[in-house]
Amino acid sequence: MVNETIKAEVKNLNFYYGDMHALTNINLSVAEKKVTALIGPSGCGKTTYLRCFNRMHDLYPHNKYTGEIMLHPDNINIISPNVDPIEVRMRISMVFQKPNPFPKSIFENVAYGLRVRGTSNRSLLSETVEKSLRGAALWDEVRDRLDKPAFDLSGGQQQRLCIARALATEPEILLFDEPTSALDPIATSKIEDLISELKKEVTILIVTHNMQQAARIADYTAFMYLGELIEFGDTDTIFVNPHNKLTEEYITGRFG
Amino acid sequence: MAIHMSKKIKEGIIETSLFLCALSSVLITISIVIVLGYESYGFFKVVSLKEFLTEKEWTPLFFEPKFGILPLVTGTLLTTSIALLVALPLGLMVAVYLSEYAPHRMREIIKPVLELLAAVPTVVYGYFALLFLTPVLQKFLPDLSGFNALSPGIIMGIMIIPYVSSVSEDSMKAVPMHIKEGSYAMGATKLQTAFKVVIPAAFSGIAAAFIIGISRAIGETMVVAIAAGMMPNFSVNPLEPVQTLTAYIVQVSLGDVPHGTIEYKTIFAAGITLFMMTLVFNLIGFWLRKRIREVY
Amino acid sequence: MEDIKQRIRISKYWNGVFWIIGFLSTLVGLVLLLVLMIDLFIDGAPRLSYKFFSSFPSRFPEEAGILSAWVGSFLVLLVTAGAAIPLGVAAGIYLEEYARKNWVTDIIEINIANLAGVPSIVYGLLALGLFVYLLKFGETILTAGLTLALLILPMVIMATREAIRAIPGSIREASYALGATKWQTVRWHIIPYSMGGILTGIIIGLSRAIGETAPIITVGALTFIAFLPAPPVTSEFPFISFKWLMDPFTVMPIQMFNWVSRPQKAFQMNAAAAGIVLMGMTLLMNGVAIYIRYKFRKKIKW
Repeated sequence: MVNETIKAEVKNLNFYYGDMHALTNINLSVAEKKVTALIGPSGCGKTTYLRCFNRMHDLYPHNKYTGEIMLHPDNINIISPNVDPIEVRMRISMVFQKPNPFPKSIFENVAYGLRVRGTSNRSLLSETVEKSLRGAALWDEVRDRLDKPAFDLSGGQQQRLCIARALATEPEILLFDEPTSALDPIATSKIEDLISELKKEVTILIVTHNMQQAARIADYTAFMYLGELIEFGDTDTIFVNPHNKLTEEYITGRFG
Repeated sequence: MAIHMSKKIKEGIIETSLFLCALSSVLITISIVIVLGYESYGFFKVVSLKEFLTEKEWTPLFFEPKFGILPLVTGTLLTTSIALLVALPLGLMVAVYLSEYAPHRMREIIKPVLELLAAVPTVVYGYFALLFLTPVLQKFLPDLSGFNALSPGIIMGIMIIPYVSSVSEDSMKAVPMHIKEGSYAMGATKLQTAFKVVIPAAFSGIAAAFIIGISRAIGETMVVAIAAGMMPNFSVNPLEPVQTLTAYIVQVSLGDVPHGTIEYKTIFAAGITLFMMTLVFNLIGFWLRKRIREVY
Repeated sequence: MEDIKQRIRISKYWNGVFWIIGFLSTLVGLVLLLVLMIDLFIDGAPRLSYKFFSSFPSRFPEEAGILSAWVGSFLVLLVTAGAAIPLGVAAGIYLEEYARKNWVTDIIEINIANLAGVPSIVYGLLALGLFVYLLKFGETILTAGLTLALLILPMVIMATREAIRAIPGSIREASYALGATKWQTVRWHIIPYSMGGILTGIIIGLSRAIGETAPIITVGALTFIAFLPAPPVTSEFPFISFKWLMDPFTVMPIQMFNWVSRPQKAFQMNAAAAGIVLMGMTLLMNGVAIYIRYKFRKKIKW
């Protein structure tokens, strides 16, 4: 990874669900304004790893992190118990596997993140909502029904709405947890195009169970297995010329 | 990058306030125990526990008062038993019918109506027991006195059916489909599946439902106060008037009993007896319902 | 083969028998309810009139009315709602969103489950000792309202918890993922989305409170009240008065109980009429609750 600005550095990350050692000694650098994909068979820990970045694990009891995830440029360890998870989530946003818009209007869904930060000025909200919806390639489809319920949208549109919602707070890193696994192929390709556009503005970390998707859109790919990072490198190398035998077996479909 | 301290303090205050509201339930229980305990303590300083538990007459307002709780307890148990004889079998049948037999539309109509049965004010049920059911029963049982245990017992039973049936039905519906399918696949009828497979599987829930019914019957006041009479009667004859623990408390409250006298304290003695009885059943029921949730 | 066919026939026969038994059992309660309502109506309808609603009780059954009773019921319910709603909803929110799994939470939950099963008259005894004598609130509307609030508190708490539990975890995660605090999530998502279920539970609780007799008798509602409590709105500053809280009172079910206890047949007609009004109020409230539940389910479908 030469000549890349590093946005986040993961150092010796270990994670425990109670007694279960779910992630072991992960070391990885996330490049700024690039797409890094996490692939691996079910249960390898990629979603667990992703959720460390925005401290989602803090919502549930008996979880423990050790190690560091250093966020640059201010060099803060975002998994330190001294760092408030809420502050982390204000800088790092997430898009979930199954679209989960709020049962509110389209406008209110996107505006929610701003309201949480104390913004209530109507014109400022409108401006940001429009900007985010444009950024999510949804603006043209919903511009004249912003006050209609978000649930009226199709699955693909709902997911783009969730992306707009995540963008509205101008995050430094955007986390995607298998964002297209619940969508049809057309919606999927729209979102993949979107991600390729978005990386110009924001660092992206995406978990996917679909290798072809990683090959299509990711600049860097990490392969995980049983809670460990097996191999990490630029996507071309991983897919064409993997160094590790396990990686090669997964890529060629021998398991997973 | 610090989150404002004021925001954190605000969150803390909110959580504490909400916690105190939840704690109020504990405070209420403690208050009940203290109030009942304090007055009963005063009562038992005057009346020995032995007399309370073994004397066969309850006449606290007489010139030579007797303080045996047995007549009131038998009154309560008699009316409760009659109610349960009606409510438990019927409640269970209704639950089986609704969960295993009835078509969906019928369930949708019947369930709210059954809930309505539980919503009718008990004083209305009392009216009905005294002025409708008793005269009707008297046609078949000429020895039935105007105030008796049978009529309110039956009404209480029907009043309790929704409690028994809804909890039983919920736990029967919670039995996984694949278990029922295993039975049907062997050629069993709905009846056989219901009784041999579903009910045993839902046993904890059904037991919990029965407990709820018992507790409700023991604590019922107005139906018996209106229709069972106000005469303590140490007898198990359902055709005669009886007085329950609950009806006694009402009787005293209606009168002019000065605060602090022994007569005043008797209602707390009756109250604490009542509270103990229902507490035992409530705890059993709670433990049973917890067990169901663990199983599934 | 014949043997098996015979077996099947017998099983099917009993199955059919049971279908009938089950159906009839279900009918028993419904039929009783119907008979009860018809009987009440036949007995009491003649007494229903404007005069009945606007008169005070009297020694003469034809003159007696429910004015003090329904006004009393309304005012008592006001106090009950004011006390039970904030306390119950707050407790429900705490238990679902904030409480951790420890022994303190267990104790609170056991208590709520137990309180739900405590006979209503025991609440009356509690109120007698605590509100009437210890806190010196006396035998007043305030006491009655607070007593009923304690009685329906477990109902409100459980309804709140059920309503909150229906909200999927993914919505909560979405809110937290955007940097919201717990209270922000509760305020902007949990409470609005569970409002339908909470309101339904509150109204059903209040409809139960309106029909409660035993605890109110114990705290000393009088059965012969020939006057109304002080009005809550006055013509002079500050225009709102709380004097009515400390007035003696009666409520609908007590008036009915009083009339039913009289031997004269004419008073029984009054009792039936009061019963019709009481049932009407209960049915109306239940109906409103069901309507609200329906409307909310249409708005928010998970």
